[in-house]
Amino acid sequence: MIADTITVMWKEIRELSLQRSGLRGGRAGLLVLIAVFGILLPLQSGRDWLIAPTTILMWAWLPFILVNSVVADSFAGERERHTLETLLASRLSDRAILIGKICSAIAYGWGITLIGIVVALVTINVSNWAGELLFFPPLNGAAILLLSFLVAWLAAGLGVLVSLRAASVRQAQQTLSLAFLFLFVPLLLLPLLPVSLQLTVTNALQGVNYQMIGVIVAAVLMVIDLVLLGIALRRFNRASLILGNQS
Amino acid sequence: MTTYAIKTENLGRDFGTLRAVDDLSIDVPTGSVFGFLGPNGAGKTTTIRLLLGLLEPTQGRAQVVGFDAVRQADEIRTRSGALLEHNGLYERLSAENNLEFYGRVWRIPASERQARIRELLTNLELWERRKEPVANWSRGMKQKLAMARALFHRPTLLFLDEPTAGLDPSAAAKLRDDLEKLVEIEGVTVFLNTHNLAEAERLCQQIGIIRGGKLVANGSPNQLRAQAGNPQLDIIGKDFSSDAIQDLRSRPEVLSAELHNNHLTVQLREAVETAPLVSMLVQSGVQVEEVIKAQSSLEEVFLSLVNEGEQYTEGES
Repeated sequence: MIADTITVMWKEIRELSLQRSGLRGGRAGLLVLIAVFGILLPLQSGRDWLIAPTTILMWAWLPFILVNSVVADSFAGERERHTLETLLASRLSDRAILIGKICSAIAYGWGITLIGIVVALVTINVSNWAGELLFFPPLNGAAILLLSFLVAWLAAGLGVLVSLRAASVRQAQQTLSLAFLFLFVPLLLLPLLPVSLQLTVTNALQGVNYQMIGVIVAAVLMVIDLVLLGIALRRFNRASLILGNQS
Repeated sequence: MTTYAIKTENLGRDFGTLRAVDDLSIDVPTGSVFGFLGPNGAGKTTTIRLLLGLLEPTQGRAQVVGFDAVRQADEIRTRSGALLEHNGLYERLSAENNLEFYGRVWRIPASERQARIRELLTNLELWERRKEPVANWSRGMKQKLAMARALFHRPTLLFLDEPTAGLDPSAAAKLRDDLEKLVEIEGVTVFLNTHNLAEAERLCQQIGIIRGGKLVANGSPNQLRAQAGNPQLDIIGKDFSSDAIQDLRSRPEVLSAELHNNHLTVQLREAVETAPLVSMLVQSGVQVEEVIKAQSSLEEVFLSLVNEGEQYTEGES
């Protein structure tokens, strides 16, 4: 099954790279994203950027946007372009197709996030050079890698589930946008809280053990990811995909 | 002993209250071309999906290349190639990458894959354009590439859904030639869904006609023609006497004989030797100028069966 999963990934990533080729195809958007996250924000924050807890949140958030932008296409896009039935008529197993698609979405979102992190590290080192290489504290570095991976997996699992049931790419994208709002708008609304409430929250957070929170968040994400994968594996059914294709 | 690539028994599939395929029983001998004809919505595509194990039947069963279509669908798909209703090509990818992907899917070793891509694309005169995204190609070129993809892993059974649709006449003829060769040389069995009756007549050893999910006719093209109507003899000449016509009517193989002007139409019970009949007329003094043996074309058979169904349906409603 591993070889078949890699075959599906080979095709998905090739298609993705061609879909995103050219400035109009989305490469400009990616460059802007990397410029903002990899150059602008680290320049603004200086070397504190390496140790700030918000840095972890930022890198964990990025793969969600990246995966979200491509994963809607995975099944809904194949259905829309009439390539799904031929793929399902091949010898590939259900699992190889599903996991291949999930892994390629993760590889895309997490891969670009890693590129962004490398660019950011280069930026920090160039702008704050003091004779030695600057890097994240080990725990922060590990948290960034782990959380960004788990969030990429979350977005891929969620996206594939939505894409499996959506009639079109547009419908899948709309549903995923709603999920995105549901998950992240509360964070964006925090600064709008009354100042007294913000102070209470800040004071409460000062005593918090961030490492413990990181472990809990990672564990929760891992459980959600596994549950989503389990649901996707159960729901992936050739017949229902074919019948959804009867337009 | 005849072996069968496809054998179905009372196969059926319902979609809610709609019975898309009803009690379908067919046997397709290995190494033959089976033409599946029917109007749009008759159940042809659903049948292919059932045979490939993409849908489960609600009744009956199917054995395809020796495997059960429900329990061993993976085995069937491993041994089959399919060119379905849509060509299924990845339009962003090049022709070479489309074939490369399916070559990997069929687990063909890399060196063999490359050789096979070259062989197929060269044969189909697409090799020079192998690096171009398929999106830029004409429909005919795409159809040829989809055919190459279906044949890539040398399947023992090929499902083709309207394979010549969108091809220009010469490309369609070339494809038909290739199919004939494939069946002859490699012993591939072909299950061909088509609306092109001339194509079915030329390629298929056996034809099934489906209407409203039910198989309404099944047999060789000759059997179907015979089934649809009695053979007819048109004799054009002079000096037809009433005695000569009466003698003709009294023959057991003759159903009827009607004269209009100098044109005698003879309905026969079955395809029989016509020379004795003509000879009898000549001996009776008829001056025969032309004899035409007419038989229903496959198109007439198809239309009569389909129209019969429509009248029946209208009568019911």
